[in-house]
Amino acid sequence: MLTKKQLFSKGFLSVAPHMLSVIPFGIICGAIGIELGFDPILVYAMSIIIFGGASQIVFLQLLSGGASALIAVTSVGVINSRHLLYGAVLSEYLEKLSFIKKLLISYIVVDQGFAESNKFFIKNKTEPHLHYHLIGSGVTLWIFWQLSTLAGIVLGSFVPEELGLKFAIPLTFIAIVVQDLKKLDHVIVMITCGLSSLLFFNAPFKSYIIISPIIALFVAALVLRLKK
Amino acid sequence: MTWLSITIAGIITYFTRMTMVALVDRDLLGEKVKAVLAYVPSAVFPAIIFPGIFINDYGTFIEMNDPKIFGAIVAILVGFFSRNVIATILSGLTSYWVIIFLL
Repeated sequence: MLTKKQLFSKGFLSVAPHMLSVIPFGIICGAIGIELGFDPILVYAMSIIIFGGASQIVFLQLLSGGASALIAVTSVGVINSRHLLYGAVLSEYLEKLSFIKKLLISYIVVDQGFAESNKFFIKNKTEPHLHYHLIGSGVTLWIFWQLSTLAGIVLGSFVPEELGLKFAIPLTFIAIVVQDLKKLDHVIVMITCGLSSLLFFNAPFKSYIIISPIIALFVAALVLRLKK
Repeated sequence: MTWLSITIAGIITYFTRMTMVALVDRDLLGEKVKAVLAYVPSAVFPAIIFPGIFINDYGTFIEMNDPKIFGAIVAILVGFFSRNVIATILSGLTSYWVIIFLL
């Protein structure tokens, strides 16, 4: 049995490598807000209130491009709706927590933390204090997100744009799913999702980000049926 | 107005994170749904990966000889065999840089 502290550290260590993409993305996110002419306090407050990289950038870009607040808010909701899927997966491991703890821990569920903690949960289902792994990964991502968006706001885009560091984002997620390429069913699901995301890329409100997972999950259901 | 929008966007985002964890009873999900949920990472992350590689900042498709495609292939190969996140990201970035800066 692992102690809470050990689980927390494992959570921290599991997401630490992803800081290679989180930090530059946070800097870009903060710097874009300032470049678009928004109040620095407002740009930073988004990192606390919304805490979701891509959705923060889209929100500011839409508003500065003259879109209505309704469209900007809807887009954030649509982009972040994928968390519903993460929650559905994690609920298996968080079931026994008190309602208050569930409310608190939900705030720190983000892509990389979900991905890494979920991998750990699958392999260690019987550990009693599993949620400390999620706290470790989530708190780490939260702190680095706050610091890097702040750095972007204060220092501007001091990372040269020519480096193309945005490319680190797809790379981070490649690192997360790459081992599942060994399994044909997962490959089918991934390709379905990827191709759908390109096909629906121009759908309104960035909805490709949730349409393609839904299509891919339907395909997953079909695959499961065929496997039987 | 902007502050109000951010607050509403934040509340909606929080609900996307919290609803399934705290409000929905897991027993409501059938066994079939639970089995399908095992595919969530494979069903979600390619929607971040593919556009990040194949679509440029202006929302159009990249050329087939774009260095990002090469970088992604290198990252997939290195990631698959090394099982190491840092190696995956750095190999993808450096192979991309080699093409855009040196070739």
